[in-house]
Parts: sequence; structure tokens; C-alpha cells
Amino acid sequence: MSEKLTRFFASRWGIIVAGAAIGLLAPLLQKWGNPPNMGICVACFERDIAGALGLHRAAVVQYIRPEIIGFVLGATIAALLFREFKARAGSAPIVRFVLGMLAMIGALAFLGCPWRALLRFSAGDLNAVVGLVGLTLGIAIGVWFLKNGYNLGRAHRTHTAVGWIMPVIMLILLLLLVFQVKTGENGALFLSTEGPGSLHAFWLISLVVGLVIGFLAQRTRFCTMGSIRDVILMGDTHLISGVGALVVVAVITNLVLGQFRTPAFFGQPIAHSSHLWNLLGMTLAGLAFALAGGCPGRQLFLAGEGDGDAAVFVLGMITGAGISHNFTLASSPDKLVEGVRQVGGLTPYGMAAVVLGLIFCLIIGFTMRQKVEG
Amino acid sequence: MASKVDARGLSCPQPVILTRGAIREGNFPIEVWVDTVTSRENVRRAAEKAGLAVDVQEMNGEFKLTIRRKG
Repeated sequence: MSEKLTRFFASRWGIIVAGAAIGLLAPLLQKWGNPPNMGICVACFERDIAGALGLHRAAVVQYIRPEIIGFVLGATIAALLFREFKARAGSAPIVRFVLGMLAMIGALAFLGCPWRALLRFSAGDLNAVVGLVGLTLGIAIGVWFLKNGYNLGRAHRTHTAVGWIMPVIMLILLLLLVFQVKTGENGALFLSTEGPGSLHAFWLISLVVGLVIGFLAQRTRFCTMGSIRDVILMGDTHLISGVGALVVVAVITNLVLGQFRTPAFFGQPIAHSSHLWNLLGMTLAGLAFALAGGCPGRQLFLAGEGDGDAAVFVLGMITGAGISHNFTLASSPDKLVEGVRQVGGLTPYGMAAVVLGLIFCLIIGFTMRQKVEG
Repeated sequence: MASKVDARGLSCPQPVILTRGAIREGNFPIEVWVDTVTSRENVRRAAEKAGLAVDVQEMNGEFKLTIRRKG
């Protein structure tokens, strides 16, 4: 039975079911209280967690997002049930940490991870098209490195307890949220009272949705970066059929819920129409994901099934969110001030960070082309 | 002239890249070692897509895939 289910989830229908579930549940989360066009955004939600812990002080984006907790723990449950939980670590963790940081800086230049790019697209935000082009460009560069021997080396099996560190961190975050821990007037947790961080579904709903998606994604290996990479690398459309299902179902759900806007660039919710930086921000994110072997969602699911290297990437992303907001590297959204359109986007520091990030990733790609050895 | 690919500990998509390289070289049967179910399914799919027969054995939580020409 277990083997039969495993084969189903590994099949094309399996990945389509996972994509469709995300396409349905993410717009619903928005209906239930999450921010506009942000039913789910792995990068934004990790950034909110960084804020809640006080790793940055952008007061409008601070909340412990139970979806992230659910993704990790849902994957843990699935991996345990199907006997796939396997503690492993040791494949260039410092490189993965830095790639996580750079991926977050790129994602916050665009204002979203690949999942949110798909969800923004599914609600009529045309900037998402620019972002997805950038994402594809970044992944294509990553594929070129892969074809030329780029490799971060082998991970090794390790103590089971190593694999449990990330799930336990997530459990602690959940307890902090549920008990609304506040260590003093100026102490953590910091929870937004206005802005996107204040918009959220009831925590238990978010957690359950996260668990369901985490479970399905662990079984099916859903990955947005991998979907584009596999098409470019070997013409394999397996993973991208899940992404296609996500978009189709999300468009329908948004239409039904009245969340679909007339397609346009300017003034989309929590988005900016500074095209060059939407493009380059996602190029940086895509390249970093490709070099690290997974989109931010996939890294959470891997961390849930015992992959210590993916856990390090996640911690890198959370740290990157702190740096991004503390150094004003994150984009600001478009604004309409007294009838005048103000296009949002990056500060000069943010622009410099994206360019430097790209250069950093290229150096990693060129210099880490070791041969695979035992 | 058999060939062997040791992809244990390597993360996605390395096992598939190495397997495809071995298939191109054409020294069948190809023995591929992986240590996650994800890699097992990815390698299996890549080989089946190339029109090859795949046989899987599990040993101590690791997998040996034997890839042969059909017929």
C-alpha cells in the first residue's frame, strides 16, 4: 500500500494534485485573512518570522507564520510515515547559508518567492511575468553551471538528532506564537499591528493548510525552481505540470473569490513596477536556488525530512531577511499619493546588493566545480 | 562492459546528470547507487524516459538501480 501510494505521488498525477492543492489553498488563505496576492509566500513569510524574532525592525512585516511551520512539520510527518526521514548533512553548509541569504535579498527585491510570483500572476499582476522571466534566466545560468560540473559535494548520513533540529525549531516557534510570548515592552515577539504582517488567517487554519501542503509536497517533491531547471536541463516536464496545475487552479479560485484584478503593472498589491529590478532580483533568486538545488519551499520540505543542509539554507534565508530590511535592501511597493503615481522599487543600496549578489553567485558557480569523490 | 555510478549523498539533480552521462557512454548494464527515495524515483524516471529497463534493489536504506537495454 505504502509503495503504491509512493508510486502515485511520484507520478504525473501526483505532482498535479500537489500543485492544484497549493493553487486552491493559497487564494483561500488570502480570503481567510492573509495579505493580498500573498496567500502563501515562502520568502515573505520567513521574512515575517525574522521580524517577529526582532532580526529586523520593519514594523509592518512581523509575524510568526504558521504556514512555514506547517510546511516543515507536514514534510516531517510524511517522511516518518513513509520511512523516508533520513538525517543527512555536510554538503558545503556555509555556501548554502550564503546562497540562502542572497536568494532572500533577490526575492525581496522582487517582493516574493517563485510561489508568490505564480500567485501574483494568477491574480492579474503582470510584474510577475517579468519576475518569472528573471527567475528562468537565473535558473538557466544555474543549469549552465550544472552542465559544467558545478557541485557542492556529497552529504553524509549523520545522527538522527541532527535531522530533528529544524522540526524542533519550528515547534518552538509555534509555541511562541500560540502563547503570544512577549518578553518586555521592547522585547520579542514583535507582531505587526498594521501592514502585511498584521494580515493573517487564524493560526490554526494557517497551520493545517501548511501541514497539508508540506505533506503533499514532501511526497511529490514539488519544486518551482526544479520544474524550470528540469525543462531546460533535459526537457523533462514532470515537475512543471505541477506548477501548471497551480496556476490554472489559482486563476479559477481567484476568479471565483473575486480576487482577480484587471491585468496591469502599476499599483498591484504589495508589488512594484520597477521592471529592471523585478527582473534582476528574481534572476539572483533563481540562480541561488538553482545552485542550492531547490526553491525556498522545497528547502523547507527537505529540512523537514532530515536534510541538515537544506535547514542551513533556510536559516540563511531568515538571516538574509534581517540584513535585507536592516540595510534597506528590500523593495518598497508602488504608491498612489494624492493622485500621483509613485513607482516603488529598490534603494541604491538594494540595487548594489542585487548586483553584488549576482557576482557572488557567479563566483560560486565558477569556482565550485569539483569532481565527485567518495 | 558494465559501468557504475555512485550518487549516494549527492543532491538533486546530480544523480540524474551522472546517470544520463553513463547512459550516453552506453556501457550497459549501468549500476546506479542512490540513498534517497527522491533520487531513486528521479533516476528511474530518467532511465524509463530513455526507453531503458530499470530494476531496483534496496539494501540497508540505500538503493541499487540496474539499468539495461530492453529485450
